[in-house]
Amino acid sequence: MPEDESVSVPVDIDIARVARLARISLTGTELGIYEAQLPVIIDHAARVQALDTAGIEPTSHPLPLANVFRTDSVGDCLDRDEVLSQAPETQDHQFVVPRIMDEA
Amino acid sequence: MTYEAVIGIETHVELSTSSKMFCACPVDTDSEPNTNVCPVCLGLPGALPVMNEKAVEWAMMIGHGLNCEIVGHSVMSRKNYFYPDMPKNYQISQYDLPLCINGHLDIETDEGVRRVGVTRVHMEEDTGKSSHIGGDSGRIQDALYSLIDFNRAGTPLMEIVSEPDMRTPAEARAFVSELREIVLALGVSDAKLEDGSMRFDGNISMRPGGTEGFGVKVEIKNMNSMRSLQQALEYEIERQTELLVDGHEVVQETRHWNEGAGKTESMRSKEEAFDYRYFPEPDLVPLAVDEAWDRRVLAELPELPSQARSRFEDLGLDPEAAALVARGETGPLFAAAVEAGADPKSAANWLTGEVMAWTRRNNTDPAATPLTGKHIAQLSTMQGDGRLSASAAKEVLGWVLAGEGSPEEVAEARDLVQMSDAGELQGIVDYVLAENPEAVAKLAEGDEKVLGYLVGQVMKASGGKADPKLARELLAT
Amino acid sequence: MSDLADLTISAAGVGLRSGEFSATDLLEAVHKRATMTEADLHAYLTIDRVGAAKAAVAAESAFRRGEDHGPLQGIPIALKDNMVTRAIETTASSKILAGWVPPYDATVVSRLKQAGSVIIGKTNLDEFAMGSSTENSAYGLTRNPWNPDTVPGGSSGGSAAAVAVGSALGSLGSDTGGSIRQPASFCGVVGVKPTYGLVSRYGLIAFASSLDQIGPFTRTVGDAALLLQAIAGHDPMDSTSYQGAIPDATSGLDAGVQGLRIGLITEMMGGEGYDPEVIAATRATVSKLENAGATVTEISMPSVDYALSAYYLIAPAECSANLARFDGVRYGLRVGGSTTEEMMANTRGEGFGPEVKRRILLGTYALSAGYYDAYYAQAQRVRTLVINDFNRAYETVDVLISPTAPTTAFKVGEKASDPLAMYLSDICTIPSNLSGHPGMSVPVGLDAAGLPIGVQILAPALGEPVMFRVAAEIERQAAFADRAVLATSAVPR
Ligand SMILES: [Zn+2]
Repeated sequence: MPEDESVSVPVDIDIARVARLARISLTGTELGIYEAQLPVIIDHAARVQALDTAGIEPTSHPLPLANVFRTDSVGDCLDRDEVLSQAPETQDHQFVVPRIMDEA
Repeated sequence: MTYEAVIGIETHVELSTSSKMFCACPVDTDSEPNTNVCPVCLGLPGALPVMNEKAVEWAMMIGHGLNCEIVGHSVMSRKNYFYPDMPKNYQISQYDLPLCINGHLDIETDEGVRRVGVTRVHMEEDTGKSSHIGGDSGRIQDALYSLIDFNRAGTPLMEIVSEPDMRTPAEARAFVSELREIVLALGVSDAKLEDGSMRFDGNISMRPGGTEGFGVKVEIKNMNSMRSLQQALEYEIERQTELLVDGHEVVQETRHWNEGAGKTESMRSKEEAFDYRYFPEPDLVPLAVDEAWDRRVLAELPELPSQARSRFEDLGLDPEAAALVARGETGPLFAAAVEAGADPKSAANWLTGEVMAWTRRNNTDPAATPLTGKHIAQLSTMQGDGRLSASAAKEVLGWVLAGEGSPEEVAEARDLVQMSDAGELQGIVDYVLAENPEAVAKLAEGDEKVLGYLVGQVMKASGGKADPKLARELLAT
Repeated sequence: MSDLADLTISAAGVGLRSGEFSATDLLEAVHKRATMTEADLHAYLTIDRVGAAKAAVAAESAFRRGEDHGPLQGIPIALKDNMVTRAIETTASSKILAGWVPPYDATVVSRLKQAGSVIIGKTNLDEFAMGSSTENSAYGLTRNPWNPDTVPGGSSGGSAAAVAVGSALGSLGSDTGGSIRQPASFCGVVGVKPTYGLVSRYGLIAFASSLDQIGPFTRTVGDAALLLQAIAGHDPMDSTSYQGAIPDATSGLDAGVQGLRIGLITEMMGGEGYDPEVIAATRATVSKLENAGATVTEISMPSVDYALSAYYLIAPAECSANLARFDGVRYGLRVGGSTTEEMMANTRGEGFGPEVKRRILLGTYALSAGYYDAYYAQAQRVRTLVINDFNRAYETVDVLISPTAPTTAFKVGEKASDPLAMYLSDICTIPSNLSGHPGMSVPVGLDAAGLPIGVQILAPALGEPVMFRVAAEIERQAAFADRAVLATSAVPR
């Protein structure tokens, strides 16, 4: 973005790192495509930085709602067999996953 | 150079609400795997969270119990990381706007009371549970595969973060212990360390004694009991001190307490592990706590352990006895007993001694027995005026706890009342004196030893019901 | 009317109640139409013949018993396949959800069932609603019934095409950045994005939670109002659901526009990327409204120039978290790996299509350490500016008008390799997603190539009654509804 000095954050995306964060394995070809495309999109999106937003509060909800609750009462659960029937792998009524490397 | 430890504790407490944080599934640890699940807590596509109002109020109660400010505007955020027992692969938690901030907790230490700051109390949801199959090192990575049960996923979880205000493992233990007492007194969690409904992580750094800076911080996980907390911290102090004394540096990292090996071990953590990409949870709306709501919650706040202790001290107990009575479920009984006229010390003795022993033996708790404050008052009065011997009083208490009635009723029915009426006992004393002329003569010569023999004879003649003290008095005159 | 599949919802309702034909007759006509058109269009991913037949029979016996659950009873409706349907496979057009049979119904689905409608099946979409052409479907693209060489728009392209061609009398879509309005415009049908919170999102597979909203596609403005009233309303399962009284969209349909104040958004009336024919049609529409008694002014909303940028930070950020749950553990696709971490990465690498991966990466980056404030938080502040601009505008006008999309339907494949060009297709619709305000598209005519042009009407929050009032007048003036039905013959049967 050399022509736009208002953009303060340089677009240098380490796509491989971002893909690890997002837990998506990418092929070398995909990596190349995204390395070319993402900076262009980010560059366009970074135009938001050109706007003066001093004193402007961010909006995260389009509706000005607060304090929406449910009462603490128990309702129906799902049928376990129906739930497990959708799982890729189960054992002893539980979901099976391969060896976990990260400690929580 | 001597080094001083700087310790902070992060505690997680599962609330014992009826339903989960964001859905209507029951909070229940005894169910069959994957039976307490619904689209919301299983992270099914399309499902949305709705906040449990009681969980919010209980979080406010914990905040008040820890002298926090309740924040008027707070929001839930998404904490993003992948883990197979976390259904959405983000945890709904709080980040920059937690519900409770700026609290403190006073703990007793060898050097008097220490005030430990409470940075924040925030709400989040618990994960499911994984069990690791195969491999024998006990470490996750060595297992062949893992099984996941989502029953626990979505249980309301409170995170309580302390300031790094503790200096010794004992202080850390005292902090956690006091925190647990508060949570129990509030009735918001069963706070069982062994079940994981209360768990804690520590962070610890070392600095030269007398300085104010902070050293490199190490986080310690997997401390499953008060004892392991203390041991892990002690181990870590030794390890870090040794490094520093030898001129090495402490590495900033997360370490795992290996209970079996009795040491902390470096944990595997990835470069990306701490990039949680928090942002406000768009599926939930902000929390607005106004004064009226806060006052309503405050009005329902039960007596806190520290308040109970000082009240019991005001009733005449020493601090140690007051702490004992305040712990567990004996506090209300104690208060009722004193109200009914019992001598505070005697009531405290009964409650922390025989009552606790009996309930433990019978696998119950005092509140679940028919014992009342009046009963305790009666029991201590009967013992005080000699109507019950020490051993008879114990026996009477046992039957009272078993539901046979008041101490008076039990003592009467089971014929355990001592003969403590001087007129009634005098007849037996006269009889014993008449039957034992030699002993009487020796007694007259000043032989005190024979008095014991005569008391024994009175006890025998009374069928064990004579008050030995009174008998001795009557014999001596 | 010779073919029941060409009926409007309200006309079909009259026929069903008079006994002229049965719900089963109506469903059969729709099925027949689908059989004729699906090979060319591919509007549907799943047609639930058995379930629909049962529902039609149930509607018939309800009519016989004298039970009437309102204007949707017995009406065949299609659902975009990102709405969860119990026992009917739901994939959101993604490979990662292939074969997933949900154990529950979305709230809109329950409401439609309670209203007695007949759910025909699930329509095609851009994978997880990410796209503007319905080309990003793992199960093949959908074509535009007006010209099969063009796209139907997106992401709700299947729902729009089905209604346009008569393989549904009405359908539901979801609109995150224009995904109902833009395909409605491309397919010559009416499409509505209601006020955020008016329709429950429970059971809508989330793309960007703070922007997503479900709404109807129909052939007429009146039908859209009926369908909207049936699905709108508070839902305790959705914390962001509106709790107040639901405005009646049907209330002003015949009231005309006499005395209404209409604003034309300057920034959307020309410039790079805008088709002059579309601009001319929009101006012509506004002139007709003026002739019908409305006053028209031009209103500048400077922040809308930044709305697209803000959107392409907010939507990907939210989607990066929303789509994290697709990990191969509990449902859907699993691609093996020697560790859980590898399995998840492989599953997501193979299960998501290129556009979905692009947006997840974009959002992950925008939220990652060090960039949050520059990107995400700044975008949320721009969002506030957009809302402020709208609120200022609505102080002086009752509704705003613009083209729905800068162009008519573009050619299949034309923008597939240029994501930014594709994103620009939503430039007129995105601002009202950011603000949460309602918007709808009404067909007003055809361009020189014979492709439909849609005009967008925007209104303040809960301003559905005035929005529909203006839409109804536009529809009367344009007299387009009839031609939309005729134009289905563009597709060889
Ligand atoms: Zn649940």
